Amino acid sequence: MTYIGQSVKRVEDKRFTTGKGKYTDDIKLVGMTHAHIVRSPYAHAIIKSIDIDTALAHPGVVAIFTGKDIAAAGINGVPAGWQVNFKDGTTMKEPPHPLLVADRVKHVGDGIAVIIAEDLATARDAADLIEIDYEVLPCVTNPAEAVKAGAPQVHDNAPNNICFDWELGNPKAEVDAAIAASHHVTRLDLVNQRMAPNAIEPRSAIGHYDDSKDKFTLYTTSQNPHLTRLLMCAFVLGIPEHKVQVVAPDVGGGFGSKIFHYIEEALVIWASKQIGRPIKWTSTRSEAFLTDAHGRDHVTTAEMGFDKEGKVTALRVSTFANLGAYLSTFAPAVPTYLHGTLLQGLYTTPKIHVDVTAVFTHTNAVDAYRGAGRPEATYLLERLMDTAALEMGMDPAELRFKNFIPAFDGVTQPGYQTQVALQYDSGNYEPVLERGLEMVGYENFRKEQAEARKNGKLLGIGFSTYIEACGIAPSAVVGALGARAGLYESAQVRVQPTGKVSVFTGSHSHGQGHETTFAQVVADRLGIAMEDIDIVHGDSDSVAFGMGTYGSRSLAVGGSAIVKSIDKVLEKGAKIAAHKLEAAEEDLEYAGGRWTVKGTDKSIGFGDIALTAYVPHDYPAGLEPGLDFSSFYDPTNFTYPFGCHIAIVEVDAETGKVTLKRFIAVDDVGNVINPMIVDGQIHGGLAQGIGQAMLEGVAYDAEGQLMTGSFMDYAMPRADDLPSFEIDRKVTPCPHNPLGVKGAGEAGCIGSTPAVVNAVMDALTPFGIIKNLEMPMTPQRVWRAMHQK
Amino acid sequence: MSVKISVSINGKKYTSEVEPRQLLVYHLREALALTGSHVGCDTSSCGACTVLVDGQAVKSCTTLAAQVDGCNVITVEGLAKNGNLHPIQEGFKEEHGLQCGFCTPGMIMAAADLLQNNPDPSETEIRHALEGNFCRCTGYHNIVRSIQWAANKLKETNAAVL
Amino acid sequence: MIPANFEYHRAGSVDEALSLLDQPDVYAKVLSGGHSLIPALKLRLNQPGALVDIARIAELRYIRQDGNSIAIGSTSTHKDIANSALLAQHIAMLPEAAGLIGDPQVRNVGTIGGSIAHADPAADWPGVLLAADAEIVLRSKAGSRTLAAQDFFLGFYSTALQEGEIVTEIRVPIPAAGTKSTYQKFMQPASRFAIVGCAAVVQVSDGTCSMVRVAFNGVADACFRDVNVENALIGKAATAENIAAAAAQAAQGVSILSDHYAAEDYRKHLAVVYAKRALTVVAG
Repeated sequence: MTYIGQSVKRVEDKRFTTGKGKYTDDIKLVGMTHAHIVRSPYAHAIIKSIDIDTALAHPGVVAIFTGKDIAAAGINGVPAGWQVNFKDGTTMKEPPHPLLVADRVKHVGDGIAVIIAEDLATARDAADLIEIDYEVLPCVTNPAEAVKAGAPQVHDNAPNNICFDWELGNPKAEVDAAIAASHHVTRLDLVNQRMAPNAIEPRSAIGHYDDSKDKFTLYTTSQNPHLTRLLMCAFVLGIPEHKVQVVAPDVGGGFGSKIFHYIEEALVIWASKQIGRPIKWTSTRSEAFLTDAHGRDHVTTAEMGFDKEGKVTALRVSTFANLGAYLSTFAPAVPTYLHGTLLQGLYTTPKIHVDVTAVFTHTNAVDAYRGAGRPEATYLLERLMDTAALEMGMDPAELRFKNFIPAFDGVTQPGYQTQVALQYDSGNYEPVLERGLEMVGYENFRKEQAEARKNGKLLGIGFSTYIEACGIAPSAVVGALGARAGLYESAQVRVQPTGKVSVFTGSHSHGQGHETTFAQVVADRLGIAMEDIDIVHGDSDSVAFGMGTYGSRSLAVGGSAIVKSIDKVLEKGAKIAAHKLEAAEEDLEYAGGRWTVKGTDKSIGFGDIALTAYVPHDYPAGLEPGLDFSSFYDPTNFTYPFGCHIAIVEVDAETGKVTLKRFIAVDDVGNVINPMIVDGQIHGGLAQGIGQAMLEGVAYDAEGQLMTGSFMDYAMPRADDLPSFEIDRKVTPCPHNPLGVKGAGEAGCIGSTPAVVNAVMDALTPFGIIKNLEMPMTPQRVWRAMHQK
Repeated sequence: MSVKISVSINGKKYTSEVEPRQLLVYHLREALALTGSHVGCDTSSCGACTVLVDGQAVKSCTTLAAQVDGCNVITVEGLAKNGNLHPIQEGFKEEHGLQCGFCTPGMIMAAADLLQNNPDPSETEIRHALEGNFCRCTGYHNIVRSIQWAANKLKETNAAVL
Repeated sequence: MIPANFEYHRAGSVDEALSLLDQPDVYAKVLSGGHSLIPALKLRLNQPGALVDIARIAELRYIRQDGNSIAIGSTSTHKDIANSALLAQHIAMLPEAAGLIGDPQVRNVGTIGGSIAHADPAADWPGVLLAADAEIVLRSKAGSRTLAAQDFFLGFYSTALQEGEIVTEIRVPIPAAGTKSTYQKFMQPASRFAIVGCAAVVQVSDGTCSMVRVAFNGVADACFRDVNVENALIGKAATAENIAAAAAQAAQGVSILSDHYAAEDYRKHLAVVYAKRALTVVAG
């Protein structure tokens, strides 16, 4: 073990710090044209006519395609990758999402025409020459409004705008009875607002059809190039997969928004064949706000019952989930299997029922955004806990200690079976809260807070103890729940004849540092230097297959696949070594990059074995040459990281402005390969979770226009909005994967949001128990909360 | 009608004909293949396109190529010398001040502007100096550390920022 | 985001700029730092036929004492102003306000002349110049004229600047000894423009507020001097009570803006709070 557990500096950083990263928009192909997409300025309208003649005649314009061309070519819309059924068993409503709309636009930003020109400026100029006549129709943007009688209908085949309804947990009657019998019930009406992921790199796609090989290449800003290829080839364009290479080069952040297959990818591929030239499309930030799948957007009523001692008796949740106008790739899974299944939290709640109505509205699609469903579940649970503590006059930390599931390691003790379908793998929840209280100096803080209140200063503390499900997942399980894909990962470990190693992984790094972390794992397992390892990802022509990176799955699933292949390499290597050392395989041990005959000084190095495998002159009979293994790893369970987040805020009593003074996070993400990288993942997640609490939120007006369509309107955390974070970790290894890792990408984003809101609620207790704090907690909203009657 | 410009970029003189509307960032990326300066927004907000013009940090998405005629432009590609990372670049690597890398060139150039004016900035001053740059990955925590690392290294080696 | 095309001319002198602006049938705009204009061009909200770049006219970039005023050349950047020792010594709210504009990159390039010609109601300079009792010097081919800031800012993105005219100088009178000034700003969290910006200049003589000027940005569709606040404090003792009472008069009788981040009632409340905070800094 020389690398695992070390904060090895990232091998990626040289290219990124010197401006040599290669992102999609940096790629320039010979003869490349540029695309501009004309988009609907209305949320709901009939396209009465489109006149493209003047634009087509504009010098430099190569081609213009509209929805009619797409329909005439028989191209299907982009599909959903997950199917959720109605409670009565009928399948969800799945209306088509055409690449370009010919008849009726359904949200602002819906694609109507693509202009392809010699350069981008010309394409943009030509857009001003296209005339479109619309008949504007009424629209609906709020999911709770959309289901009401008389609401404008988004799709003809989805009555009342309902995509599906769904429930999970104990029988509703049992939960109703348990709530009714409770000593105390805390009820919250919550909005988990819509979020714009806003990776700083806008989406981009280059389509290239090479007629000499009858082959397509798509360069795209994707978190999972193979899945994009599968969806685009098999479901949208009907072109054979082996004729399509999808490359996701360096990708500038994703946060979920680059998982999905978008219309622009299929458009540039299809159109490149029509015009016989490569086409690049790159999103502007304005388009990104309109078309990158948004996150969250739940309207929820949540009730938690307690007995006299403060033990939770039951939880009842009812949610309207806004899916937007079209079903994005994973959209149906997010408010259901990634949300309802997490409502056990860290607590022994005996009865739980959750009801979800998924709704179409005239808005951009909603799908997975960092955390995806789990932040929504955690938000309602943790808001309920701190609110209940205030209502019952209990300490919020004490209330949690009372309700924690007792520790279990998942090895000598079984996993914990929840009321909402999951079995937690391993957990030890008290230590993270204990450590958090220690770091914050809880007793002192309460004294300081009391003093501050005497001087009219509003200080508050908020807690959140969360759990999440990561490392998605056993394919058979997700298949039973509606996934239309498996969710394993592949890895190929190719030992070169000189003993250098190329690793091909289906995981995709867009900031996570896989080239470093994965190399650390490989180096330690093989006992060789990190410099001798190259991690290859993001190209469907070199990587056999892949499910990509999201849901904090890369190390737990992709890393495990690599370990499987390494095991195969070592198994075969041992056979060769035994032959060379003239010993029995079982008499060999492997350490430090050498096979040694136990108890002797006879040994042979990894490099010699590699060379022997490729120059098999003196070689075991019947053994194939070469040292190159592929594996697919399909986990047996999700992984369940957890942790404790604590926020301290000060509220300006005059303006309502909230200042985040301190933020403490103690996370348990299982074993850690590179502490520096894991800390970085936590930091980034915290900033996004805190951003949701304090600053961020997509807002549509009554006409379905985005009121927060640029960085001038949509507030995101800047450096001076945040303090330095105080973080620590505990380690409860995952019992079911070979590295014992759980996943760290989303933890920060899942736990932090309710901690901040709870801290503001705590700060405002001189004004009463304010339950209706809405996110983002803008100064105006906090001021109104203080002054409501 | 195009405009003729003559600009020193990373120490090398370039003479080009540009459309008057050509933004500096597109000129760098398209005409000169200096793709380290990135475009992350439409509103001069994100700072991913930050370069130094005559020593000062400037958003190259809000600058016409024509405006820098006769100027001295330094992009992120111009910082490393003889294959050695600049201390600011080194700081970002040492302190894990980047993840996806997309905002990084702009962050580094903004840091260069700061450290020229203030060689020993406090954490508050660093955070304030980054108000024109968005990062979505790091939560800024390690970017602050990276710039502190660079400030110390520059001090120790008595080196000028540029 | 790509602007529609235009012609570009760089002027070496004010006279040359005025000639370049005066082209028949061409809608020409002055380009200074470009940090108000170029974003508008990129969004194609503004499509001029030609730009006349004045940023390098050496005779327009200076900050110097001129009699009882400080003269600021119109292409002085926000950074020039933020770093001016002369201004810091005599009227601190100018450097203070300059440091709160945009971000370092914007301050490096954006100019005071460009900002006031644009007259964004949420920008920082207009109210500051009102409270400073500044004058704006304009030049055209017909000659030069000087307007009080009050007469220059006419309304929502609207000024007295005529076609063919260039802002050349901002003249800020040096306040009497003992006068203090400040600019306090409540920012819109995304754009960092002012939801409320309050500029206050107060002279306290023997404990009494002998001169008070208060102006706001961001509150209404244009900057304005708040005479109600001023009158409520002039001649009064500089006490916390009197300051609070004067501040309570803020933003009376103006049509208050309302948007996503601050509805009318909240904005008005903030105007009161920020008037109090600004006055407390200079008179408290």
